[in-house]
Amino acid sequence: MKSMIPMLALVCATFTWAATSAQRGAEFYARNFGVSAKMPSCASCHTDNPAQAGRHVVTDKPIKPLAPAANAERFTDPAKVEKWFKRNCTEVVGRECTAAEKADFIAFVTGGR
Amino acid sequence: MKQFLLLAALLPLAATADDLRPLRDAPPAFQAECASCHVAFPPQLLGADDWRRVMRSLDKHYGDNASLDEKTRQILEDFHVRNAGGAIVGADRTASKNELPRLTKTDWFQREHREVRPADWTHAKVKTPANCAACHTKAAEGSYREREIVMPNGKRWED
Repeated sequence: MKSMIPMLALVCATFTWAATSAQRGAEFYARNFGVSAKMPSCASCHTDNPAQAGRHVVTDKPIKPLAPAANAERFTDPAKVEKWFKRNCTEVVGRECTAAEKADFIAFVTGGR
Repeated sequence: MKQFLLLAALLPLAATADDLRPLRDAPPAFQAECASCHVAFPPQLLGADDWRRVMRSLDKHYGDNASLDEKTRQILEDFHVRNAGGAIVGADRTASKNELPRLTKTDWFQREHREVRPADWTHAKVKTPANCAACHTKAAEGSYREREIVMPNGKRWED
């Protein structure tokens, strides 16, 4: 029983660290950047929940869920991931995203895994 | 004879959406890139000069950033210019110098859709005239046959 305590602590610590990055990502995802009138935030097209399908606010084209839990293809092709970060960050955030922001975003969308 | 000549001269104008077919020389990037935010619009629906303008300003693409790496961009520009519509389609004459031409504003598009009721254009399922798939059920596959059209109210166009 005693031997389980350090292990439990480790699990908790890992979880806390992951949750911090994911929490920052969640805040970033929902933030209204006020740059684009039609696309003020990530959630504008991807909905409040990245595990849900979204819709492009201009064209109305369906967008498959961002969360790998709901769409296993997501975040499997680094070139594709960078392409969309570049486009969408420029559009929504008004500049390219930093490596830290991308890491937090992915931590949130993947559920900290 | 005179009448026949007149008819022959008018025939190209009769080209309809039924004539739009998926293009065999489409690079894989056409679907992969052009269809991620909207239907991959048939290159035949805009003139070559208009496509050049569109393909050279992808970072400011109708209110969105659609930038591509240069290699892919060039492949797609070449494909669009190669298959661009000619005089039949006409140009978007409403576009200003600072505004990109829209394929939904050409004479051809307007003529083809003249029977569409205003209520259908503003229907919640449609949102924008560029939402081809709202009525052209096979638009994603590049097919625009009349018999495939289902209006927002669920009725087939032909009925």
